[in-house]
Amino acid sequence: MMRKFGAPLVVVTLLVSGTAFAEGDLYIYNWSDYTAPDMVEKFETETGINVIIDTYDSNETALAKLQSGATGYDIVVPSQHFVEIMIKEDLLQKVAVHQMENFGNVDPRWTYPSWDPDQEYSAPWNWGSASFSYRADLYSGSGESLSEFFEPSEEVCGRLGVFEAPDEVINMANLYLGLPYCSEDPAEMTRIQELLVNQKPCVTTYSSEGLNDRLANEEVIISAHWNGYSKKGREAGADIVYAYPQEGIVGWYDSVVVPVGASNIENAKIFMNFMMDPENAAMQSNFSHYANAIMGSGPYLDESLSSAPELNVPADVPVIFGEACSPAAQKLIDRVWTKVLQ
Amino acid sequence: MISLPRNSRTRTWLGLAPAWLVIGVFMLVPIALMAVISFLEANPYGGVHFNFSTDAYVQIAFEYDLEDNLVFNPIYINIILRSVGLSILATVVCLVIGFPVAYFITLQPPSKRNFYIYLITIPFWTNLLIRTFSWILILGRNGVIETPLLLTGVIDDSLNMMYTNGAITVGLAYSYLPLMILPIYASLERLDFRLVEAASDLYAHRLEIMTKVIIPLSMPGIVAGCMLVYIPSLGAFIAPDLLGGGKRLLLGSLVQFQFATARNWPFGAAIAMVLLAFVVVALMIYARSARKRALIEGDL
Repeated sequence: MMRKFGAPLVVVTLLVSGTAFAEGDLYIYNWSDYTAPDMVEKFETETGINVIIDTYDSNETALAKLQSGATGYDIVVPSQHFVEIMIKEDLLQKVAVHQMENFGNVDPRWTYPSWDPDQEYSAPWNWGSASFSYRADLYSGSGESLSEFFEPSEEVCGRLGVFEAPDEVINMANLYLGLPYCSEDPAEMTRIQELLVNQKPCVTTYSSEGLNDRLANEEVIISAHWNGYSKKGREAGADIVYAYPQEGIVGWYDSVVVPVGASNIENAKIFMNFMMDPENAAMQSNFSHYANAIMGSGPYLDESLSSAPELNVPADVPVIFGEACSPAAQKLIDRVWTKVLQ
Repeated sequence: MISLPRNSRTRTWLGLAPAWLVIGVFMLVPIALMAVISFLEANPYGGVHFNFSTDAYVQIAFEYDLEDNLVFNPIYINIILRSVGLSILATVVCLVIGFPVAYFITLQPPSKRNFYIYLITIPFWTNLLIRTFSWILILGRNGVIETPLLLTGVIDDSLNMMYTNGAITVGLAYSYLPLMILPIYASLERLDFRLVEAASDLYAHRLEIMTKVIIPLSMPGIVAGCMLVYIPSLGAFIAPDLLGGGKRLLLGSLVQFQFATARNWPFGAAIAMVLLAFVVVALMIYARSARKRALIEGDL
């Protein structure tokens, strides 16, 4: 899963040097291209804490790194289902986020989420969705249904892009067929497999990078897409519309957590509280082009964000968040995906 | 050969120690780790449980059906065969292009040869990822090849050259072509052209000179070049992913998928071991042909 903008294959270490007072350090481990530099600078100036950033390109990479016993990170920013897995695997520390001063700023819609029901471990970062985007000037449809993506018409056949990894694709297929995520029922997964196998002859690429490039040069006219990423493509000039199919869209929600073995826990808590401040959350959103969960951040957002159709989900379109699948369900997903790509 | 002093054995040993250390630490230890992981049980959330298991190897050819019977499953075998096939194809393409190029360079006056060799190595100055990406601009829709053809009316619609096995082969052949040219050139350069003249004096045709004199004498370079192209092609990851559109898994992408997405480390390691086996087989063939050649040359 790589939804960040053209995340490089190699993890790049980014050192942000700041005013080094005697307040110590904060080691942040985050997705690449996903930490607002001006927000970090503000944090360093306000607290005197020196921030060091290291990056990863997928939840799986972050999980593997923590599992290998990599200590030294104070902050990690995994997606919702990986927060759940990390809690289960005893990789996170309880930091009582619900008692923090700025916790009251969190939109009640996002407090005590299913992946951290007591809000002991995680503070909100950014959230967004996966759906598909289309070239409005080249495609006659309107993106109303996932059928346009999974059972493409003749004009789309051969010009269709799908993500490289199964996570979101299979969740989207679940939404389309009205099945629950993470199904352990082979019969249900067989239906998903049939859907994807039948879609395949029309697929141009299974890739999660360069999505906007392929839409812009007309290689594809429909592509699986992430909302903030799609917005960047539209702003770069191509007539790209992010679709809100009636069946729903797949949500993701990244949170700030503190891994076991962190050496600057107090600084990590200060950072979590800092991120729940409306102005700071807005700085982060302005950089990443993804929405945040903090009430009152609206006035600080760039105009292009507050009015972006990609970030404002219509009220009648459900956003269903990805879940941490059981091993049995994960095995079925892998089998389906290998069958599709064999 | 310089004669070594009396305690030459110790010296040799000491002199080789850094090489052994590098090979041991950076090659043998990682391969051993991989071999160990391939015989462990997978942890569903990534990583391994430390229990012995051969599941990963069984999974390559068999799967459990819904009633828990072991049945033959050709999916992974197909992926392996496809990888081997594409690698052989890329090797052949490299050979067909690389041999004439190497031969051409050999025929140039010595002063010019180095310049040509220098040109051959220039692509190595740029990152492979970027060079492969450029092929998208060349082969793709509205790309360098299509645009003039569309404008002049030679074709009316896209040729759909991208995201095919052909595009993968082009990418692989392009990536590894210098590795074919350089060893063949090294062989041809040492070729005694008086032998060619002698063949000519004995009324051999040009074709006969090529097939019976030049090609046999440059065989070491040809075989080495083929190895150098075939082996990295087998595990290639960038070209299949970018140019093939990720539509059909190859060995490299399959290993990546097992570690990064499917979180099945033992299976990923087992496939990597299979990949290694194919490389070792290729190297053994190479070693045998080299030994045979040494015997023949010894007879002369």
